[in-house]
Amino acid sequence: MSAVKLMDYDKALELFEPVLGFEVHVELNTETKMFSDAPNPANERNHDAEPNTLIAPVDLGLPGSLPVVNETAVRSSISLGLALGCSIAESCRFARKNYFYPDLGKNYQISQYDEPIAFEGSVEVELEDGTLVTIPIERAHMEEDAGKLTHLGGATGRIQGAEYSLVDYNRAGVPLVEIVTKPIFGAEHRAPEIAKAYVATIRDIVRGLGISEARLERGNLRCDANVSLRPRGQEKLGTRTETKNVNSMRSVERAVRYEIQRQAAILADGGTITQETRHWHEDTGTTSPGRPKSDADDYRYFPEPDLLPVQPARELVEALRAELPEQPVARRRRLKADWGFGDIEFQGVVNAGLLDEVEATIAAGTTPDAARKWWTGEISRIANAEERDAASLISPENVAALQKLVDAGTLTDKLARQVLEGVIAGEGAPQEVVDARGLAVVSDDGALIAAIDEALAAQPDVLAKIQDGKVQAAGAVIGAVMKAMKGQADAARVRELILERAAQ
Amino acid sequence: MSEIIRWTAAELGAKLAAGEVSSVEATQAHLDRIAAVDDDVHAFLHVNEHALDAAAEVDRRRAEGEQLGELAGVPLAIKDVLVTTDQPSTSGSRILEGYRSPFDATVVARARAAGLVGIGKTNMDEFAMGSSTEFSAYGATHNPWDLDRIPGGSGGGSAAAVAAFEAPIALGSDTGGSIRQPAHVTGTVGIKPTYGGVSRYGAIALASSLDQVGPVSRTVLDAGLLHDVIGGHDPKDSTSLPDAWPSFAAAAREGATGQVLKGLKVGVVKELPDSGFQAGVAASFHAALTLMEAQGAEIVEISAPHFEYGVAAYYLILPAEASSNLAKFDSVRFGLRVTPDGGGTVEDVMSLTREVGFGPEVKRRIILGTYALSAGYYDAYYGSAQKVRTLIQQDFDAAFAQVDVIATPSAPTTAFKLGEKIGDPLQMYLNDLTTIPANLAGVPGISIPSGLAEEDGLPVGIQFLAPAREDARLYRVGAALETLLVDAWGGPLLDRAPVLGGTR
Repeated sequence: MSAVKLMDYDKALELFEPVLGFEVHVELNTETKMFSDAPNPANERNHDAEPNTLIAPVDLGLPGSLPVVNETAVRSSISLGLALGCSIAESCRFARKNYFYPDLGKNYQISQYDEPIAFEGSVEVELEDGTLVTIPIERAHMEEDAGKLTHLGGATGRIQGAEYSLVDYNRAGVPLVEIVTKPIFGAEHRAPEIAKAYVATIRDIVRGLGISEARLERGNLRCDANVSLRPRGQEKLGTRTETKNVNSMRSVERAVRYEIQRQAAILADGGTITQETRHWHEDTGTTSPGRPKSDADDYRYFPEPDLLPVQPARELVEALRAELPEQPVARRRRLKADWGFGDIEFQGVVNAGLLDEVEATIAAGTTPDAARKWWTGEISRIANAEERDAASLISPENVAALQKLVDAGTLTDKLARQVLEGVIAGEGAPQEVVDARGLAVVSDDGALIAAIDEALAAQPDVLAKIQDGKVQAAGAVIGAVMKAMKGQADAARVRELILERAAQ
Repeated sequence: MSEIIRWTAAELGAKLAAGEVSSVEATQAHLDRIAAVDDDVHAFLHVNEHALDAAAEVDRRRAEGEQLGELAGVPLAIKDVLVTTDQPSTSGSRILEGYRSPFDATVVARARAAGLVGIGKTNMDEFAMGSSTEFSAYGATHNPWDLDRIPGGSGGGSAAAVAAFEAPIALGSDTGGSIRQPAHVTGTVGIKPTYGGVSRYGAIALASSLDQVGPVSRTVLDAGLLHDVIGGHDPKDSTSLPDAWPSFAAAAREGATGQVLKGLKVGVVKELPDSGFQAGVAASFHAALTLMEAQGAEIVEISAPHFEYGVAAYYLILPAEASSNLAKFDSVRFGLRVTPDGGGTVEDVMSLTREVGFGPEVKRRIILGTYALSAGYYDAYYGSAQKVRTLIQQDFDAAFAQVDVIATPSAPTTAFKLGEKIGDPLQMYLNDLTTIPANLAGVPGISIPSGLAEEDGLPVGIQFLAPAREDARLYRVGAALETLLVDAWGGPLLDRAPVLGGTR
């Protein structure tokens, strides 16, 4: 592949105005699939099922099979639509999107076309510095996911060069809500940041609703980012590209930035942008062309004749509206006040995506400060080092349990960090790690006194200084004692005992 | 020839209940009949090797004193469009040769639960596309009245099986007349229930919004008994009506008393003049009406101005839905797979499989439907056809404001010669002129024998149509006329059919 030219980002923004648009697919975590009674792999309890074990006739498109709408998925979709400030259709239909692909059992996808369940809304997203941006929502519609292809026999794992492919239909029929924004103008140089914040907000909303596991790394949330550029002062929108399936928030940010720089370089050279889907490559931080996409892609949509129109009762819509949780922005304001954090401390938690974890840790019994310090400190440090998601390392309950051991004097901060590593390594709950590794602070004065007496005997000059009233000389003895106790002693208590012993 | 096979299902059911005959004997008699005549008739694609086991099981249950339904132990022929776990299901297509379904169609499961003995799978035009069974991939079925003539289609196998006394009753499916037109040309009875009255689950879909499963029999009462077994709400079919239905057998028994004709308003469609029908068909139709009139029925001319567009609309809606429904036959998960010499991509394999696996009529309609749904043509074709559909529904509404039932000849001509129309799709399509409006409007229709055409001595059927959900009315009226006609003929029409059996 020839080297792709990128324009300097600031320069690109000087010449062009970026226009964004997003399509986010949310996998709902219902018990069963969108149109069958097969267990839903997007539900936490089924996510590691063996291939082709979560399937019903309709997921495979077996002859004679018929879809039946999952009412829970409809309710989840309505809740999501309401949370996005959308109107909920009084009647809407499913439609068939026809195209042949081996991961699509029926060779059509049941989706919604001209009658989405939710339409015309907006969502407020908050950037890292607290700036609020309103993202206009065009629609949210229900559809089913396709299966998953694994391409084998080639070097890259991609379809090009593969000898054959395996299909796993577990994912076929997983309930999806596709949220489509309107074109987003005025993002300017913050476009990448807005992209990331938007996806984070959608994640927070669906988590708050409890309708999706919302784990990007598992594909529960998948973002297609549309980017186009238009020369400053031009009314007409530029040609867009759609970068598919960007599966982390950091990648969304990088992908948008990359597309702006790439497109700007092409346009500045007098080139034209090809309307196409592009694939994001996490390893290189680049996008590459997928298939060309035109507005004339002909999916031969028509109303799904196997299903009746969905006509949500107004009472149901209002009941779901009444149950809506707090909006993320409002929730953040409330938590910041409750916890008494300053701007910097609070944004640190938000930007690390650890709001839920800190909240749960506090709920489990720690002070806000202690929870924040653990999550944004040691746990984040390990997460960064291991390139893992902080939330996946340890549960809030275990963090709280760890802090309680510190508060009780069982662990020093240093010992607590060792226990944390043990918990992360899978050695069990904090107390179990303490027991197994024998890491508790030695609070047996007898053992400490023996070590102190030995240290004092070894340093008679220090003893003399202490007895002369130069208590700061005790530091040298503390160090020796801590070393002898392998760090498992409370330094303050050691100091007290040294002074006591020296006085005798 | 055993007399058992001449009994109606109701008679056989009564004798089984009385212990005068066992299900094993009855099943064996029909198996013997199939062995004797089906080389000539070719009504069956598969004869159930488990039939005698199933019959023995019913006999055992009866011997143990279990209360069984009226049809328990009665053999049932099943149109191959319905999937069955104990027999192959091909829908008359090469692409499904040998296919075994992991589940039973709901109607099959209900028949099984009621103790009916599946005796075999009947021939049909491939994927129910045709009016003659000549488009079956497995060879045409021959009309028992004249083996050189068509048995109608698509359900010619079920009608011929019943007409040839190979089974007392059968299941069919009717998308545009596939139950009623074969009944017409074979001197048998066929009902297309109200759309949603009988589950479509497990019926290999042709056109989902038009397909309806229904009974095929030699008497109206037998059809009612079978309809009672298979009908009613099915949660697996979202288009299935939640209604509670009256007993159709009871309606047939009530109708047989003849009282229902008094004051009955029978509509005759002005826009279907005699000139459009074979002389003997029109004559038989009017003779039947005269007979009804003599019993107090009132014949009323009604206008259904949009019926004439029915065939055109039907041949846009049907292919459109079929093109999508048949996309699943791609070789990936089940059915035929044809790999190009030297291998190929999955697209090559899909393409060649469909090239080899589908017959000419199926390809014709897939191409037609794909075109009708294409961007830019959708409104002109599929959209317009849906409007015609609405207009035809309005025609029915207006008509049923004036009359109780509408009567038409069931088809324009008597059975034509095999091969006569196979090269002229349009002539073939026009066969369904009078049956199609019921499918487009979702209303029920029945065809019962009205006599023989004078010019060729072949059977003619009369069709009655009723408002949606008024299937019972058809059983009442059908049974009333049937009783009058059988009395007039001095016995069932089929008594006049030629004797079959190895001499062709």
